[in-house]
Amino acid sequence: MLRKLTLTAMAALAISAGAAAAESEVEIVDFSFPFEGPFGSYDTLQLQRGLKIYTEVCAACHGLTRVSFRTLSDETGPAIPEDQMRAYAANFEVFDKALADGAGDYRSATPADYFPPSSLANAPDLSLMAKSRAGFHGPYGTGISQFVNGMGGAEYIASLMAGYHEEPACAAEMETPMDGYYNVAFANGGFPDACKDENGHNAVPGSWIAMPPPLLGDDVTFDDGHESTIESESQDVAAFLMWTAEPKMTARKQAGLTGVLFLGLLSVLLYLTNKRIWAPHKKKSQK
Amino acid sequence: MAGIPHDHYEPKTGAEKWLHGRLPIVGLIYDTLFLPTPKNLNWMWIWGIVLTFTLALQIATGVVLVMHYTPQVDMAFASVEHIMRNVNGGHMIRYFHANGASLFFVAVYLHMFRSLYYGSYKAPREVTWIIGMLMYLMMMGTAFMGYVLPWGQMSFHGTAVITGLFGAIPFVGEAIQTWLLGAGAVGQPALNRFFSLHYLLPFILLGLTLVHIWAFHTTGNNNPTGVEVRRTSKEDAEKDTLPFWPYFVMKDLFALAVILTVFMAIVGFMPNYLGHPDNYIPANPLATPAHIVPEWYFLPFYAILRAFTADVWAVQLVNWVSFGIIDAKFFGVLAMFGAIAVMALAPWLDTSSVRSGRFRPTFKWWFALLCVDFIVLMWVGAQPAEFPYDWISLIAATYWFAYFLIILPLLGVMEKPLATPATIEDDFNAHYAPTGGTTTIVNPAE
Repeated sequence: MLRKLTLTAMAALAISAGAAAAESEVEIVDFSFPFEGPFGSYDTLQLQRGLKIYTEVCAACHGLTRVSFRTLSDETGPAIPEDQMRAYAANFEVFDKALADGAGDYRSATPADYFPPSSLANAPDLSLMAKSRAGFHGPYGTGISQFVNGMGGAEYIASLMAGYHEEPACAAEMETPMDGYYNVAFANGGFPDACKDENGHNAVPGSWIAMPPPLLGDDVTFDDGHESTIESESQDVAAFLMWTAEPKMTARKQAGLTGVLFLGLLSVLLYLTNKRIWAPHKKKSQK
Repeated sequence: MAGIPHDHYEPKTGAEKWLHGRLPIVGLIYDTLFLPTPKNLNWMWIWGIVLTFTLALQIATGVVLVMHYTPQVDMAFASVEHIMRNVNGGHMIRYFHANGASLFFVAVYLHMFRSLYYGSYKAPREVTWIIGMLMYLMMMGTAFMGYVLPWGQMSFHGTAVITGLFGAIPFVGEAIQTWLLGAGAVGQPALNRFFSLHYLLPFILLGLTLVHIWAFHTTGNNNPTGVEVRRTSKEDAEKDTLPFWPYFVMKDLFALAVILTVFMAIVGFMPNYLGHPDNYIPANPLATPAHIVPEWYFLPFYAILRAFTADVWAVQLVNWVSFGIIDAKFFGVLAMFGAIAVMALAPWLDTSSVRSGRFRPTFKWWFALLCVDFIVLMWVGAQPAEFPYDWISLIAATYWFAYFLIILPLLGVMEKPLATPATIEDDFNAHYAPTGGTTTIVNPAE
């Protein structure tokens, strides 16, 4: 199910650095992720592919500081075997304040350590990206649809990855070209006046983002031979970032289901109890 | 006013008498549990239990959260993520607490509108109502300060906006704002004191809850007819009432279980539904979110705050009369607090001799409009301050004040209420005795 939606970027998407257009149209594709809905859970292989894409592409600039290496072995997460996880962590260098008699020094990371921060000042940390952006607010802006398809944070990321388009004609004709790259899923970048209509509203979707297109297709090679088109890569990395943002999602949904079932049962029992207790005082028992 | 006549606890054994002579606690529990309660209470009388439960839930989850939270500007956000990722069951506890705030406000708004419809605020229950209003204010303060603690973007910039309201007070505003924040701007001192107060206020709320319950246990519950329980004799009172235990305890628990089922579904399946994505971005004083929107439960009053802009004639008039002391910003602040103040004054603004809205044919329509008005205000509070939302919020805010200040006083004089049932027993039997009640019903309700 690949429904293409054009959504008004609302407050949820907006974290502007000042020069942002107030309201801009963005194109968020409603991908069907396996973790959506009350019974959804993460696809282990997809998370592993996403981790590989993060490691080989995103990590060059973006940090993941809220995520500890040990959680990569979580059963409901990427579920990487412990020895592989340890070997993976050892590839990273972390700064340890306790080393060199308190002066601090770098050492290779252990499972208890966290991913390093962004190496580029402008590059936001990706740990919570999938929860700090919302692609969906439907129906009618109520947001209730997230019960079945989530907030759309993962959709936002996937749409952004695949959202780099040719500059629209209105911008291409300008004397001084725009800084950055035109992206139809990005709401809060620069936007030229040349692309606004007579009312000052944006005539084309998206805006200009500072990040160059990170995925071009065939950026990584998967051991199992899984395809690495730009579409599948975008969704894999988006799924991985959904997990980094909400690693306990599976446990939460299970607790929710158990809770709903037991409370539902309790409701029925209390209903019957209440009815029984009140019966002598209602209807036929009237003296 | 004499209480409803009923049996009291009589100590029988020696030990019971010994304790009762020194601390009549068993008697207190007995009187509370077996409180004669009007037997015709409908399903809108369950919100008190829901609120009591929610307060307990918030305190219990809050105490655990505090064990892992760090009120320090560089560590607060990280400590919340620590709770979400590393603390055993921490993600559930935090989502319970965050969504519990919303459950609290859903329940309190329904509780308040029930009082407004059935006239529960009217004599002799004004004190219960006023204490309730104080509790509502305290809840709002607590919820606001709790939202600051995760130290995300909305926490930070929301704090700046809300404390900025106090800055609008003439002459002393800036000093008050600095006093509240402990500094010239939102920062470490503000986070620390909000954390302290967020822990303190719920316990004051708990104390006020007991006073609230004490007050209405003294006057007795209101009920859908607004007719008082007969106090002429114990026998008469017993025809109108049933003891709280087990009749109303079971009924309330059933309602609570249903509500908690829905609550559990929200916590389990869409816990961020009522939150704001921007609050998952660590606070950054240099980057202001494009739209700073308060939590949903503040939106009606936030809409009233923003409704009165400088081009409204009433604002200009007040500005001119006050020699410019009351500008549009301060007018908005006064309007926001005024909107709650007029609600608190409802017992004295409502002139009707009949308590329950059930027997007030014209009132019903104005009250329905007030409910719609409240929802419109909530919706418009989240919209940008531009046409047509500015007009909608102005009209809706005006109606809020008109309802309390004009409609309630006039309606009591002009409206011809329907006849009320003579007793609660009559009302109850009209619903539940198909073979005929013991006395004739003057005018069946609804």
